[in-house]
Amino acid sequence: MTTIQPIRPWAASKADRAMTGASLLSAVLLTALLVAVTPLKGKLAYFFVFFVVWFVLDSILIARRFGTKGVRDGLAAKITLFGAVIVMMAVASILWATISRGVKGLHLSLFSQTMRTTSFTDPFSHGGMLHSIIGTLYLILIAIVISVPMGILTAIYLTEIKGRAAGLIRFLVQAMSGVPSVVAGLFIYAAIILNTPLRNSAFLGGLALTILMVPTVTRTAEEVLNLVPRDLREAGLAMGATQWKTVALVVLPAARSGLITATVLGVARVAGETAPLLFTVGVFDSINKNPFKGGSGTIPTYIWAGLTAGTSDSVQRAWTAILVLLAVVLILFTLARTLGNKKMKAK
Amino acid sequence: MPAPTAETPDPRKLTTKHRASDRLFRAVVTTFSFSALIILTLIGLFLLIKGFSTFKEQGLHFFTTAGWSVTQDANGKDVGHFGLSAMLLGTVLIALVALFIAVPLSVLTALFLTFYAPERIRTFLVSVVDLMAAFPSILYGLWGFFILGPMAEYWAKLINKYLGWIPFLSVPQPSFTRSPFIAGIVLAVMIVPIVTSVSREVFSQTPLDRVQAAYALGASKWGMIKAVVLPFGSSGIVGGAMLGLGRAFGETVAVYSVLNIVFRPNWHILFTQGGNVASMIIGQWGEAGKAEVSALLAAGLVLFVLTLLVNFAADFVVNRAVKSGR
Repeated sequence: MTTIQPIRPWAASKADRAMTGASLLSAVLLTALLVAVTPLKGKLAYFFVFFVVWFVLDSILIARRFGTKGVRDGLAAKITLFGAVIVMMAVASILWATISRGVKGLHLSLFSQTMRTTSFTDPFSHGGMLHSIIGTLYLILIAIVISVPMGILTAIYLTEIKGRAAGLIRFLVQAMSGVPSVVAGLFIYAAIILNTPLRNSAFLGGLALTILMVPTVTRTAEEVLNLVPRDLREAGLAMGATQWKTVALVVLPAARSGLITATVLGVARVAGETAPLLFTVGVFDSINKNPFKGGSGTIPTYIWAGLTAGTSDSVQRAWTAILVLLAVVLILFTLARTLGNKKMKAK
Repeated sequence: MPAPTAETPDPRKLTTKHRASDRLFRAVVTTFSFSALIILTLIGLFLLIKGFSTFKEQGLHFFTTAGWSVTQDANGKDVGHFGLSAMLLGTVLIALVALFIAVPLSVLTALFLTFYAPERIRTFLVSVVDLMAAFPSILYGLWGFFILGPMAEYWAKLINKYLGWIPFLSVPQPSFTRSPFIAGIVLAVMIVPIVTSVSREVFSQTPLDRVQAAYALGASKWGMIKAVVLPFGSSGIVGGAMLGLGRAFGETVAVYSVLNIVFRPNWHILFTQGGNVASMIIGQWGEAGKAEVSALLAAGLVLFVLTLLVNFAADFVVNRAVKSGR
């Protein structure tokens, strides 16, 4: 028996692949040679010379078969790749710097000690950031408690009630997501610290973060609620449920994992915000259990203090703290992704 | 015996009026949905009230002069001289440098992701770009100061050596550290994810019939992109760039870490002096007295209004671009 092989005229033939491989390989070799014999040097030189050489070699090969049109097409493909590679190099550089520099300062007491008896300029094996972690947890909890109901209710207005103001609200939420974080901090300072007896505290920091978190939660929640099939809502109403019951017992449970994703994305957005905390939370170098009174340590202000103190030990603290913060953001991000994917597959 | 009369129940009353529970629900939800409006108004209002004295005392000089000092007059009263011109100029310069770098990179990346990348690489890269948007800004600051700074200084020297005859690429003294150029590169990396994701969204909405028509007429992939995708997506790119601009105006910690803030207008982007409203605010905050706090809040209001305007405009452009695809 013979099976019929489908013809794929568009797929690359063996000769095509060999050609691509050969041009790539010779480009690599030629680049190494060029950089070695000319005064060009450094990683950047390798990078740019490689792209130029590769383009020239590949163009010659393409030109023989497809003419100038093919060359232009190939150039476009390579330049878009070039752009993407530059962006990826920036990300890789950021991640690599954080990991390679942060790991040096990692030790267990980092998570069990505070800076109560340690100064930032002391050797980095002393002291820890427990107080900052607890402070950041407080801030995030406060921000969640306020912004998640706010965001989800706004999203319900946009998707369930679809009131006359929906367009305006969507527009304003979008505008709110562009509020600079420093302005959020200044606002809390001008509105609360200058007008009421309340002073720097984790609570005020949480309020400032709320302003930055609400737009993210609202927009993600709106997208998620829009994904809930209309049939479910109609079924709920047809059973005689009121709109309130339909939303509370049918729509929201159906969108549950998506709403959690919205929350997680919001937290990832604000977890590393530094500027608003400088005006609202103040500093404190040991654990403050009262979120309403007194300053509090947070991870971003810990990094900030390490960076501004400027000695090699304090900067080492900053890198290690940013590694911890980055790990938290990465975990949150992956969590949001997996939850989001599960939701997609369920559909 | 009389015939049994059928007991017909009264017809159910039909009403289109919502029940009390629903009315309450709708009222609560509607009230909360206006929180965005309320918060935005309150931000503007409180910054205006608390910064008003500065606007009154400084008048237009607040925008046209450069300087930031508090002196005492004969009666021992604090008199402030506050001017934002250097900071505003610096903010715009840095944002322009960032756009100049980020927009081409983002458009290329978006084109690569939409039309060239194999499926697996695409999903991976899309997550990476989204992750970039979630990086804390202080991370960009640290990276910009310790890793990018020295490299960018070298690039600045090269640019100055070969292109120094262009006025804004010259430098009064050969000092290239902590320049607006470096801050611009850091900001460029920060706004790449926004511009990329907006461009990608618009590109992916290119009408399929037009794409296929281009292919049917014998266009190569690049020919198709040039003739169909780019004209269709151009307003989306502009909108994405403006969203990025709004972000670039408001970025604080990252710029503060890499920029040498000086209250003197400087348009030599490679030179070591720069200005930035947001960074100036956190820089001056620490030792600010009462008059100065008011001036800083006023500067915050200026920043707020600036970003709000840019965002409104960007929204308008993006929404139009996205709608026209449907």
